[in-house]
Amino acid sequence: MKRFSLQLHGWLLLLPAASLLAFFTHYPALATLGHSFMSTPKANRPSVFVGPDNYLTLIEDPVFWRAVENNFWYCVGTIPLSIALALMMALWVNGRLAGKGWLRLAFFTPTVLPMVAVANIWLFFYTPQYGLLEQCTSLLGLPSHNWLGSPSTALFCVIIVTVWKEAGFFMIFYLAALQQLPPVYAEAAAIEGASRWTYFRRIVFPLLMPTTLFVLINAVINSFRLVDHIVVMTRGGPDNATTVLLFHLYEVGFKFWDMGYAAAITVVLLAVLALLALVQFGLLERRIHYR
Amino acid sequence: MTRRLPSELPAALAPQLPDKIDGPLQTLGAWLLAFLWALPLIYAIWTAFHPGEFSTRFVLTAPLTLENFATAWASAPFARYFANTFMLVTMILAAQLVIGTLAAYAFARYSFPGRDLAFFLVLIQLMVMPDVLIVENHRTLTQLGLIDTIVGIGLPYMASAFGIFLLRQTFKTIPAELDEAARVEGASALQVLWKVYVPLARPTYIAYGLVSVSHHWNNFLWPLVVSNSVESRPITVGLQVFSGTDQGIDWSLICAATLLAVAPLLIAFLLFQRQFVQSFMRAGIR
Repeated sequence: MKRFSLQLHGWLLLLPAASLLAFFTHYPALATLGHSFMSTPKANRPSVFVGPDNYLTLIEDPVFWRAVENNFWYCVGTIPLSIALALMMALWVNGRLAGKGWLRLAFFTPTVLPMVAVANIWLFFYTPQYGLLEQCTSLLGLPSHNWLGSPSTALFCVIIVTVWKEAGFFMIFYLAALQQLPPVYAEAAAIEGASRWTYFRRIVFPLLMPTTLFVLINAVINSFRLVDHIVVMTRGGPDNATTVLLFHLYEVGFKFWDMGYAAAITVVLLAVLALLALVQFGLLERRIHYR
Repeated sequence: MTRRLPSELPAALAPQLPDKIDGPLQTLGAWLLAFLWALPLIYAIWTAFHPGEFSTRFVLTAPLTLENFATAWASAPFARYFANTFMLVTMILAAQLVIGTLAAYAFARYSFPGRDLAFFLVLIQLMVMPDVLIVENHRTLTQLGLIDTIVGIGLPYMASAFGIFLLRQTFKTIPAELDEAARVEGASALQVLWKVYVPLARPTYIAYGLVSVSHHWNNFLWPLVVSNSVESRPITVGLQVFSGTDQGIDWSLICAATLLAVAPLLIAFLLFQRQFVQSFMRAGIR
């Protein structure tokens, strides 16, 4: 009897969290699968079962495929660069440089600022003719270029903003890991006369692997999640050059109000995230052997 | 941390430890990158504090002004936006702390059938964030009649897998003997939680609180979708409405409004920089 009441206590403590999560995470994730097979309800026509129609729309939608492609380049552009910069920043801030506190401040500040706000500043930065970037390039005698307005450079500009925003955030995790490295390794390396580069490559980098994995997962999630600056800076344009999956979902759902099709896009996004979760579990297995 | 080895050797013979980067070239590189990183913010500050004609001309003699801030503040209901954000962030944090504490306690100290499965189901939210489920959650809020309300914006975030996970890890490090001792004294489960666990987990609460507040202060896409009036709009959406309207783009005004929007968080960050950095560190180490 006592045991039963303890079990009941456990469940009761869990109840508020469980019901909220069920309502706003598990139910919508499942419901979206169901809704992806339904038509979008209209004023005089309720939603009806349409089978795979929404997925056919998706396959035939050139903007969707453009979004997939853009998202791929967005991943390629943001993930390695922000991780490499984060590691370099952490090594610097952890080193013996003058004004370390200021360096850390400069690197970390973008993390605490709202993406929408900094996107406004970057928008100004990229403005044709007046923006700081154009002023610098014209000083160098380069021809004027509409950085955000041309399909060839817009995605690149958006990637720069993302890297700027998240590198300092990832730096923190590397910094925490670096500070926990036992000093005996450095001492042993010093006795062996190892160069700084060898020490980094053979000792520090392998020991930072768990952190790199953690940061990597976060960077991948962010590359599917961070679209605030796209809403502000380009609205997916020009000519869908900066439309990524979540932004496309936002437009289909809340600009065109095509809920059936939006559900299908959500399913695709969820599938990507589920795949990512499986990869993470695979990697985590290995990470445990590491310790 | 003690570094015994170098101190045992004469200074001249002490090997240079390879774990700390130094040297002029590295310093230069680091400062260059830091300058690039700070540049957008410096640029915005310059533009906001100078009259419009100096927004793109950098002369040191340019007169300083607060005019842009006054104009921006007067041309949109920023006070209301701030109040909305403040209410939103407070409400989310309060709910997250209460709900997360209860759930974390259950996971850390109770055993009941289905616990591990329930924990796994909680962790799903780490991957499937509310950001991705905007369409379905919008549908749910419509059915509940909570569209365009601050409660509606906060609701999907009130149970946070991240918070539950973090608190569970912390609770698990608290010796069970303390728990038992308190129970022997006749304390109930909730009293033990409140008197033993919560005080001991204070650093985690502070760390989580800072991360949560800065996250939700900055959140944009979901509030953009759910709010459509001044009464519920948080500052991020308000700023976008202000700078996105075609009122003839005045960069001085937009920069001033942007700085206004980030000011509370930025000032808090500058004042408590160490706590912020340590909180983000603590919250990230699993």
